[in-house]
Amino acid sequence: MDKYLEMIRIRFLMMLAYRTNYYTGILIYSINIGAYYFLWSAIYGTKEQIVGLSVTQMTTYVAVSWMARAFYFNNLDREMALEIMEGKVAVELIRPYNYLGMKVMQGLGEGIFRLFFFSAPGLIIVYFVFPVEFTWDLSVWGLFGLSILLSFFINTELNLLTGITTFFLYNNAGLIRAKRVVIDLFSGLLLPISFFPGWAQDVMKFLPFQGISYFPSMIVTKGFSHPQAIDAITQQFVWVILLFFPIQLLWSLAKKQLIIQGG
Amino acid sequence: MKNVIEVNNLRKEFKAYSSRTGLKGAFRDLLTRNYKVVPAVNDINFSVKKGEMVGYIGENGAGKSTTIKMLTGILTPTSGEISVNGMNPHKEREKFVQTIGVVFGQRSQLWWDIAVQESFRLLKKVYKVSDADYNSHMNHVIHTLDIEPLLDKPVRKLSLGQRMRCELAAALIHNPPLLFLDEPTIGLDVLVKLKIRDFLKEINEKYQTTILLTTHDLTDIEALCERVIMLDEGKVIYDGALKSLQEKWGEGKELQFQFLEPVEMTAVQNLTSGIPVKWDLNKKEQIFTATLEDNDELISQIIAKVVAEFKIKDIKINETSTEEIIRNIYEKGAV
Repeated sequence: MDKYLEMIRIRFLMMLAYRTNYYTGILIYSINIGAYYFLWSAIYGTKEQIVGLSVTQMTTYVAVSWMARAFYFNNLDREMALEIMEGKVAVELIRPYNYLGMKVMQGLGEGIFRLFFFSAPGLIIVYFVFPVEFTWDLSVWGLFGLSILLSFFINTELNLLTGITTFFLYNNAGLIRAKRVVIDLFSGLLLPISFFPGWAQDVMKFLPFQGISYFPSMIVTKGFSHPQAIDAITQQFVWVILLFFPIQLLWSLAKKQLIIQGG
Repeated sequence: MKNVIEVNNLRKEFKAYSSRTGLKGAFRDLLTRNYKVVPAVNDINFSVKKGEMVGYIGENGAGKSTTIKMLTGILTPTSGEISVNGMNPHKEREKFVQTIGVVFGQRSQLWWDIAVQESFRLLKKVYKVSDADYNSHMNHVIHTLDIEPLLDKPVRKLSLGQRMRCELAAALIHNPPLLFLDEPTIGLDVLVKLKIRDFLKEINEKYQTTILLTTHDLTDIEALCERVIMLDEGKVIYDGALKSLQEKWGEGKELQFQFLEPVEMTAVQNLTSGIPVKWDLNKKEQIFTATLEDNDELISQIIAKVVAEFKIKDIKINETSTEEIIRNIYEKGAV
């Protein structure tokens, strides 16, 4: 376990090594939140509520979902694809650790770094600039914390799945981009799931995506009641376990037909 | 003594895809693709004993790296058996890699953006090395490889030679009994090469570390390895002492002459017509080379005749170099 914790520390160091990335990240997220705030206030116009959410709740939803994204989002799929394409995966395989486990830890290190040095200060700024409303109910924040941790695992598992396909496809840049758009759209980051047409919502229930962004954001904006929140977290948990199996399967297949590229 | 590495009928096949020609061919490729099964490693057998330093050589694409990757558990063999340190590398990968060290000359195993010592610290945790072991062993390694001043620099700021020394140290953090080096001296200057060679010799003597080395620099092999395994098109074509290879193939000697005045090739050939000798001329530098068997009598005769006839600028007597021997073998593809 020691080695996995050490990997989180290393990832912190790596994030600090590239400070410019970090600052531009904050800027991009602020612009995004601002843009969505103005978009939504235009859509609401004089309306009090749309699909049960008030404009303040909507703004909070947008702010929280972008800040949560900073935690669960990572580029593990792209990193894996690069490592596989350049043959660096050979070096990973001569170390006594689980490659995928180490990747998850790198993602987690990155996530924790962004949560504390990026989301938390960001949320404070947003709180003063935009009309958002945070609850001071600690149990809600507790559930939120649990929920974004599970979001992280679902998203990371999807990334690992996409990353492993590089072993078979050798170049999957298109797939990675498609996955990213699908996740942004279907996870409820751009549009809360309750705004989707009824049939689409029904389909969504059978997909893991809403567990990535919609559930945690709804929990913290109090769009979900307490039992609904528990139900959502249980669903997330089930997805974390379900997604584990195809990863193991693909990984054992991938190892058998691994080709190290470039000598 | 026990065998550290045992390889029986090891085979690795790759599919080599080929594209059809033209637009029509490109569309057909979308549906079905032509491929050939190419054996990169073709039923090889060998074993290595503890404490041996073995040079694993062959032309580019002979299958050296593929073998190393199978021995280190990265690639799964198509067929055959491997036992390294008493384990099957692929099946028990995580436990197995704890007992080996690997340096890939062409890839870095240090983290690019962070200081060398942070990489070391992570590897120390990864290999579960105790502080006491780390200090006693690594202090020595760091001192011998002279990398102390580099430890706080990020890897991307190191020169190739500096980086390679750090790579070697990183591969030795857990003091493995078996070390795989895949072209460890590629692109390095003479001084760094010497330092690395001395260091490898030292750990081999001190810890009885077994070393398997692939390289294209035969001076590495000459300096380090008593035994070589030579590979060609996936097959072992020679496995034995470097010395006997030299004795068997390097029997002849070479005499090189440079003359003060222009000399015709035919004149030289006529002069030594009765003696079994082959003359070559390097036209650009006007160096005449006589190749003949290693016989003191004959050599003296030729020198005597040539010196008596022409004015000499320079004479050299060379034994056939290992490089030449190896080149001959590569060209013939057999020993």
